[in-house]
Amino acid sequence: MTRSPAAKRYNVRVIWLSLLYAFSLLAATYGFKHHLLNGGLAYFAAILPALSIIGIFGAMGRYLVEETDEYVRMLLIRQSLWASAFALSLATTWGFLESFGLAGHIEAFYIAVVWFLGLGLGSIYNRLTLGASAGC
Amino acid sequence: MENRLRVLRAERGLSQADLASRLEVSRQSVNAIETGKYDPSLPLAFRIAELFERPIEDVFVSPSRRSSGAI
Repeated sequence: MTRSPAAKRYNVRVIWLSLLYAFSLLAATYGFKHHLLNGGLAYFAAILPALSIIGIFGAMGRYLVEETDEYVRMLLIRQSLWASAFALSLATTWGFLESFGLAGHIEAFYIAVVWFLGLGLGSIYNRLTLGASAGC
Repeated sequence: MENRLRVLRAERGLSQADLASRLEVSRQSVNAIETGKYDPSLPLAFRIAELFERPIEDVFVSPSRRSSGAI
């Protein structure tokens, strides 16, 4: 499948943000492990990896705005709806299990990972309902 | 939505990729519209009709007229 200019820009943004995520996570982990961070700097270092992930969500939104192919836009919106429904359902279910003492605690940031997994489910759903070419 | 896109395209000897290029959409969009899996927006439907120099109802079959047996 030929990627549109908007999709290419999206890929570049995601690659840069992923590199920033990996770098900031390693730096924060090192900093906290060696007690190098405190005060405002500690808060900044702790949320920097989160900002990279938020940036990826932003890049997806930007891609939806910039993509001129309405069919491709629809495919991505369907994927995002699947991802949101999957992540929110899992988070709600796990929250109740945890509050009743039936499941252990999971760090909240894993919900973003589940959301990205949901994008994969959405892609499978697109393929099943719209044919092989609908899988992004 | 049923349509005559495949026939009109074949009459002009255009591939899906050719048509996609002229419409400035992806080939998968053309394929989805041709197979009735995706209904284009009105602006895109008009662009398709104008490209083939046909009225829009010559390209796309109205679902309501089809169900009433008018076509």
